[in-house]
Amino acid sequence: MEKMHLKMTVNGEEMETLAEPRELLIHVLRERLNITGPHIGCETSHCGACTIDMDGKSVKSCTVFAAQAGGADITTIEGLGNPDNLHVLQEMFKEHHGLQCGFCTPGMITRAYRLLQEIPDPTEEEVRFGMSGNLCRCTGYQNIVKAIMAAATEMNATKEAAQ
Amino acid sequence: MNEMIPPKAERSAALKGLGTSRKRVEDARFTQGKGNFIDDLKLPGMLFGDFVRSPYPHAYVKSINTDAALAVPGVVAVLTAADLEPLGLHWMPTLAGDKQMVLADGKVLFQGQEVAFVVASDRYVAADAVELVEVDYEELPALVDPFKAEIKGAPILREDIADNLEGAHGARRHPNHIFTWESGEKEQTEAAIGEAEIVAEEMIYYHRTHPCPLETCGAVASMDKVNGKLTLHGTFQAPHAVRTVASLISGIAEHNIRVISPDIGGGFGNKVGVYPGYVCSIVASIVTGKPVKWIEDRIENLTSTAFARDYWMQGKISATKEGKITGLWCHTTADHGAFDACADPTKFPAGFMNICTGSYDIPTAYLCVDGIYTNKAPGGVAYRCSFRVTEAAYFIERMIEMLAIKLKMDAAELRRINFIKKEQFPYQSALGWEYDSGDYHTAWEKALEAVNYTELRKEQTQRLEDFKAGATRSLMGIGLCHFTEIVGAGPVKNCDILGLGMFDSCEIRIHPTGSAIARLGTISQGQGHATTFAQILASEIGIPADDITLEEGDTDTAPYGLGTYGSRSTPVAGAATAMAGRKIRAKAQMIAAYLLEVHDDDVEWDVDRFAVKGAPERFKTMKEIAFASYSQEIPGVEPGLEAVSYYDPPNMTYPFGAYICVMDINVDTGIADIRTFYALDDCGTRINPMIIEGQVHGGLTEAFAISMGQELAYDDMGNVKTGSLMDFFIPTSWETPNYITDFTTTPSPHHPIGAKGVGESPNVGGVPAFSNAVHDAFRSFGLTQSHMPHDHWRIWKIANDLGLHDK
Ligand code: FES
Ligand code: FES
Repeated sequence: MEKMHLKMTVNGEEMETLAEPRELLIHVLRERLNITGPHIGCETSHCGACTIDMDGKSVKSCTVFAAQAGGADITTIEGLGNPDNLHVLQEMFKEHHGLQCGFCTPGMITRAYRLLQEIPDPTEEEVRFGMSGNLCRCTGYQNIVKAIMAAATEMNATKEAAQ
Repeated sequence: MNEMIPPKAERSAALKGLGTSRKRVEDARFTQGKGNFIDDLKLPGMLFGDFVRSPYPHAYVKSINTDAALAVPGVVAVLTAADLEPLGLHWMPTLAGDKQMVLADGKVLFQGQEVAFVVASDRYVAADAVELVEVDYEELPALVDPFKAEIKGAPILREDIADNLEGAHGARRHPNHIFTWESGEKEQTEAAIGEAEIVAEEMIYYHRTHPCPLETCGAVASMDKVNGKLTLHGTFQAPHAVRTVASLISGIAEHNIRVISPDIGGGFGNKVGVYPGYVCSIVASIVTGKPVKWIEDRIENLTSTAFARDYWMQGKISATKEGKITGLWCHTTADHGAFDACADPTKFPAGFMNICTGSYDIPTAYLCVDGIYTNKAPGGVAYRCSFRVTEAAYFIERMIEMLAIKLKMDAAELRRINFIKKEQFPYQSALGWEYDSGDYHTAWEKALEAVNYTELRKEQTQRLEDFKAGATRSLMGIGLCHFTEIVGAGPVKNCDILGLGMFDSCEIRIHPTGSAIARLGTISQGQGHATTFAQILASEIGIPADDITLEEGDTDTAPYGLGTYGSRSTPVAGAATAMAGRKIRAKAQMIAAYLLEVHDDDVEWDVDRFAVKGAPERFKTMKEIAFASYSQEIPGVEPGLEAVSYYDPPNMTYPFGAYICVMDINVDTGIADIRTFYALDDCGTRINPMIIEGQVHGGLTEAFAISMGQELAYDDMGNVKTGSLMDFFIPTSWETPNYITDFTTTPSPHHPIGAKGVGESPNVGGVPAFSNAVHDAFRSFGLTQSHMPHDHWRIWKIANDLGLHDK
């Protein structure tokens, strides 16, 4: 199949590649751009392992075709923090044991990153509802919810201190 | 020497050893998207394999035409059984002593069965070509109901062994029959039940489901023809066993095969089996001379690799009028699918189903299991369970409830009357196990008190009255469960898989500067081995856990072991770790004594050092000892500080727990609201409480899924009805309840550190607790048994059948 020229901003970096229009964005990211943080758990938009942040929204990248991704501004788990400067969510997931096998974790954290912008001070119920597009088979969610609540508290405290 | 020695407690805390909620070392890479999972692996020139699968549950394969597929640009090969046959690889042995088709050999036996393997330049090309492979099938009637397997005119599934009256587990009485396995005393038990004052009898079905880890199965095979070496990366819960099996079936010498399990995205039993995808990627790599990757999609995962459960358990339990149990009888019809690929120790074709006497002192018992072939996918793995313990626990915990109904007795009290008493341990069960330790009464009372059981029952009675008076449409269910697990397989004398003894291993090297690396025969799939095993070691050898690297999963470097499943890592490899640590310490003692110029017996261990007895200010730390072992000539002692231990456990371990679930059920919608779930676990010595709690949360959520909605369902024609995450229930954060966790500690007397293992307890105990709660809500309306999963529709149906809806 004919390939198209695709340009996107991924984690703040301009990237380009050739891809077939029908390719799923998750495959473009993982196979063509070597961004393997987001995972594949179903390819049918049920599990959320492939969650990325695209133009300011949480998106399951297995539901987007390459043809739809031209010009998009994308953030993946790799773009949220770095070893010297972790995102609070990354720290809190470790602190509260919010992961086990770690396969859902990139999608979880990337979704939570957007959720906390949508609802900066969420109730437990809002976290549980807001995260319900991301499946985890290992943790039973209790510690994931705890980690996200703790991250919200910390982020709000930092914000307040800055004001 | 005059420096103050930090106090014991401080030095001990610095080690982050046993009992510490040490944060996980694995988390850094997973939280930053730097995990190393199988699909992340890319090798130069790598090709991609994809299967043509059978749409039919039962059919002859008349012909396969691969021309159109081969004509697609980018397609390198299309393998069929005919291509594998010359290599003897069109069939492969299963873990249960049966054999399984790698690619359809004249016939398909389940929907989704592997028929041909397309190898192409990328996954899209492979998928396109799969569509173009033309297979001519002749459809045959499917056998779906195991109870119809032996009736006259039943379709014969396994024509390859139809005349073989002797199977891997003894006599077969019909071509569709796999084995009969018996345990216990038949006549004595039947007599006890015949004479009993009270008998409860019921058929209990534990439905077919699937472990469904978030990451599917996959492999990358790479045959290096120049050096004659095969490297196989893949999602293997038992990499060493895979190497041995790969060598046996491929004929490649074992030293020329390297198996590597990278990070594994959850296993839960799904990644124990050997699958056609692994074999086909090996063959494809040999044929093409290129690395070949095979990754299942979710539908393939659910429909073709390793289901779990599917046990029809007919039970009888008898008791005196006072409620003392006198006998337990069980006949199980086990639906194994098209090939017997259960992952059980060889001598146990029904796993440890004979732990079905549970936590109770039952004088006589009898169990008989019949394995049956049907036109469903093979598997029968222990989904977060130790070889059929979940089935056993569900069986006994349902039977107890049924007996309580017959006796008109409170089910908590009935359990109390029949528990094995603390002083009876080690306890010899009627079905042949020796329970190592337990204190069931203490755990039980603690649990009942924690949830305020007496008040709950009062509230339930009140709710019932309100319901009858029309004041509410909601009923309350209290689900009780006291389970006993049997894990840590196992003693080589009675546990092996394909003849390989189920010991495990640990090898430790202390570096000159006093840090260390330990390698194990197991493989983590989220259990946090790199964190916890370093803790065991820290306590044993006095080197901080943070200074110990832990490595698993590479058969070229790790010592041989049977892998991680059946909660065996802590009981077996954990023990090997402690024992290897003790060897290190024994050598360190000699070195310290030499350095301190005293006799070996004159030094004693003190947290992280050896000190001269009676003179604690004269000591050598492990760091100093390590350096000395590499830098000094010590008479009579070899240089270096290393040890290896292969641990053959003397017995299994028997974790237990008391779980209570409280739910409110709306009889009109069938929706069950979990109000409270209390889980008390006793897993012996606790290595890392944080990780234990996480394991309990995860296991309970899987139990919640299985009991309340998750099912691998087939229709009457043998079509899979729940083959994607659209229909196969995995609870989200929205419906999953919060859990209260608690514990008691009864160490295992035979384990070096007293640990028993915990990963699977919550699934084993959780399922009966959820299910008993549903049943309990309807107990006063006469409900005895309603099969799982208790989804909304089925609960609504219970209410409807009991006449609780307006007519
Ligand atoms: S892989 Fe995209 S939602 Fe599952
Ligand atoms: S940590 Fe394993 S799926 Fe979430």
